[in-house]
Amino acid sequence: MSTTALPTYDDVVERYEPVIGLETHVELGTNTKMFCACPTGFGAEPNTQVCPVCLGLPGSLPVANRAAIEATIRIGLALNCSIAEWCRFARKNYFYPDMPKNFQTSQYDEPLCFDGWLDVEVDGEMVRIGIERVHLEEDTGKTLHVGGATGRIHGATESLVDYNRAGIPLVEIVTKPIPGTGAKAPVVARAYVTELRDVIRSLGVSDVRMEQGSLRCDVNTSLNLPGEDWGTRTETKNVNSLRSVERAVRSEILRQAAVLDSGGRIVQETRHFHEDTGDTTSGRSKETATDYRYFPEPDLVPIAPDPAWVAELKSALPELPRVHRTRLQERWGLTDLDMQSVVNAGAVELIEETVAAGATPAGARKWWLGELARRANETGVELAAVGATPAHVAELQRLVDEGKLNDKLARTVLEGVVAGEGTPSEIMAARGLEVVSDTGALTAAVDEAIAANPAIADKVRDGKVAAAGALVGAVMKTTRGQADAKTVRELILARLGVQG
Amino acid sequence: MSDLTRMTAAQLAGLIAGGETSAVEVARAHLDRIAAVDDRVHAFLHVDAEGALEAARAVDARRAAGEELGPLAGVPVGVKDVVTTRGVPTTAGSKILEGWRPPYDATIVERLRAAGTVMLGKTNMDEFAMGSSTEYSAYGPTNNPWDLGRIPGGSGGGSAAALAAYEAPLTIGTDTGGSIRQPGAVTGTVGAKPTYGGTSRYGLIAFSSSLDTPGPCARTVEDAALLHAVIAGHDPRDSTSIPAPVPPVVEAARLGATGDLTGVKLGLVTQFAGEGAEPGVMAAFRDAVDALTKLGAEIVEVSCPNFEYALPAYYLIAPSECSSNLARFDGVRFGLRVGDDGAKSLEEVMSITRDAGFGPEVKRRIMLGTYALSSGYYDAYYGQAQKVRTLITRDFTAAFEQVDALISPTTPFVAFPFGARTSDPYQMYLADLYTIPTNLYGGPAISVPCGLSEGLPVGLQVMAPTMADDRMYRVASALESAVGTLTPPAL
Repeated sequence: MSTTALPTYDDVVERYEPVIGLETHVELGTNTKMFCACPTGFGAEPNTQVCPVCLGLPGSLPVANRAAIEATIRIGLALNCSIAEWCRFARKNYFYPDMPKNFQTSQYDEPLCFDGWLDVEVDGEMVRIGIERVHLEEDTGKTLHVGGATGRIHGATESLVDYNRAGIPLVEIVTKPIPGTGAKAPVVARAYVTELRDVIRSLGVSDVRMEQGSLRCDVNTSLNLPGEDWGTRTETKNVNSLRSVERAVRSEILRQAAVLDSGGRIVQETRHFHEDTGDTTSGRSKETATDYRYFPEPDLVPIAPDPAWVAELKSALPELPRVHRTRLQERWGLTDLDMQSVVNAGAVELIEETVAAGATPAGARKWWLGELARRANETGVELAAVGATPAHVAELQRLVDEGKLNDKLARTVLEGVVAGEGTPSEIMAARGLEVVSDTGALTAAVDEAIAANPAIADKVRDGKVAAAGALVGAVMKTTRGQADAKTVRELILARLGVQG
Repeated sequence: MSDLTRMTAAQLAGLIAGGETSAVEVARAHLDRIAAVDDRVHAFLHVDAEGALEAARAVDARRAAGEELGPLAGVPVGVKDVVTTRGVPTTAGSKILEGWRPPYDATIVERLRAAGTVMLGKTNMDEFAMGSSTEYSAYGPTNNPWDLGRIPGGSGGGSAAALAAYEAPLTIGTDTGGSIRQPGAVTGTVGAKPTYGGTSRYGLIAFSSSLDTPGPCARTVEDAALLHAVIAGHDPRDSTSIPAPVPPVVEAARLGATGDLTGVKLGLVTQFAGEGAEPGVMAAFRDAVDALTKLGAEIVEVSCPNFEYALPAYYLIAPSECSSNLARFDGVRFGLRVGDDGAKSLEEVMSITRDAGFGPEVKRRIMLGTYALSSGYYDAYYGQAQKVRTLITRDFTAAFEQVDALISPTTPFVAFPFGARTSDPYQMYLADLYTIPTNLYGGPAISVPCGLSEGLPVGLQVMAPTMADDRMYRVASALESAVGTLTPPAL
């Protein structure tokens, strides 16, 4: 068997047309669960936020959470969807131990919201992503497989189930297939999820945190030759960050191309994305599709939102992120290109919050897009998860503005912040990084430098002011960079009786 | 004092309220009766003597303290084992729930407790309420007090037999296709299925969610109405519960007891004209119709053409819902677990548990329902059955534009001997031929004794429009006043 070089991405997207689609699950931030009054807080002791209803005990019955229905309608409206005048929940039947009733109360052919769109900006161009449907369902519990090497069920000796999450309201947002994005498919996917996240966050209905699982994304990908029908799609799960959305699409495009190039065919299946390698591996095959035996949920009455209420919700929608960003751009005085780089870095809200915490837009942008973006990129985390908060950055910038830190020292302090050592002030104090502004100490250092370099001092006294640079360097060296160079220079010139 | 166990609930409540007897004495009398006869009747799966006496003492204490007691305070009641009772075993007649003690009370049980009734224990039933004879109880059948070799009806045979055997003056049943009314008919007792949504299903272990209705069983119509009034009413924990006042059932039962049905128009369903019914049942029914005419009722014939499709539609809808409702019995969180030896996969353990824990009729219906909901068959079966349901509802609506209530025999045949209908499921299903249309429609219906056939009780069914439960009580009570209650031979 001859080894052929794997095709490059550019080569692949030249020959094949990718079609993508995204299914996003958003856990709503309601106080109580979808069908019972249990609390929904994240991180509680296992099986402490449960009751007969969310445990599916015999005889228990669901009652739909009005706040969750309202939040779903608001999401639908923000995504330009039509809102069903009458729709029902449906049971999705399958056996799995993290699902207490062995059916999930979901929606099937009567989603609450349908047929909308979301405009997404990619490289300065608008891409309209069609929204197939937005529906409401309940989350499952979480299974922990113990004893195996992989943490997956195979090889595990024991499985533990935590039902705290069971019954938390979950909104599923499904796009229409997205063809025609070519090489940009991975970037479009990421931009869509980013925009969707921002929209939902602006509605205040979920904290949409991918790392905590309150925003989860499944990515569908297929390839076809130009002019031919769409190919068989795969569904990639376990995509847990915005960066992974992009990587997963790219990786799946490459993998499918390699299969097709070698004459193989794509199997319709679920694939798992691996954060560490950036690859996907085969999960469960969907060729023998599970028959979920959907039927209308007889324990719940249909949802028939009053059109007046829907209209009221629509008129009360907050400014959408895209509009909001345009306003910020003006206020911050950024060019389109600068603003785009802020958006691409996922830094809009971080900068907004940093400015709100007292920093100037320029100062805030400098740190988030510079040092912190570099750091996030190196460690492969979202910018928001890099370890510094908007309050940290605002404080850092204030210390610089007050002259307590210079640029170099500020970077060192920021490293400490990211490493979790404390606030910038704390780190500055603990590490003794403050700019030496005590004129007494500086004067001593200046005198020392003049005494050690008499020839240079003479040149300065003779009017060759530029020569003072060498003396400044000497002082900075003895103060280990903790002095403000400008102040040092002024001191030297004053000492030598020269006007700066 | 004469035998407390022979009295009606209304009489007992009066004696207790008047201080002529105590709730504890009444509870003891019934517990003694259970101890004396239940080994032959087997109406109870679990007797909670301690809980009953404790509840009775509480009623006596409240009376002693001068508190006002509700209309059924101190009256014993048996609860069908498909209704959850906190801390008291609840099996739904199935091995898969053997030993399970629910951590919560059903809404109707809460209401029974709040009313001061005294729960004696849990009554036998066909497994998960699927059956018409109690022969599908995993714990053995209940025997009909009229003839211990015959079935007491089902699924609520235990609740009906407990009344006929004087083990309890009141019991709770649940009716999905006739499980309150048919046992009432074949044991010579009264069984009422309220309007769907009139009584809360919260805590009723679901068989078929869109049909299940808890309701009262008693030896008299008035007692049934009194129990109905206690358990009915809106429950925010059941989304399908109707947020409307309880119809005036007790008043209606008392009005009916005057024996005057002048101005009441009753409909005989053409499609129930006796095909498939035993001649003795039809004879007793016709006599009852004559009695109703004498009471002043006008009788007309009403055609309900879609009723003939009720049975097939029911046997698609109910199994479909049951296949989903019973999925939770998997051995993971509660109840039976079999095969968990550390070597088998979770899926295997679930499968072995369900195979060991479910009986033949339950398995049959899970399979029927699973098939009917399958992709590619849904429209032809479940979807079609729902359309039939709509047509049956239209038949009822049209009928109630012509008449105040419909009447029919409750069930085509009297209590049959054990084993007579177990070999052919369809023969068993026919027991519910006349009761099922009401469940598909959602309206109320009551079975009241109307006579005997070959020495065995025959029941007459009164069907009324939704939320007009009072109407059926009036008619049933009037008939009762004319034909009297039935007394079984001594055990």
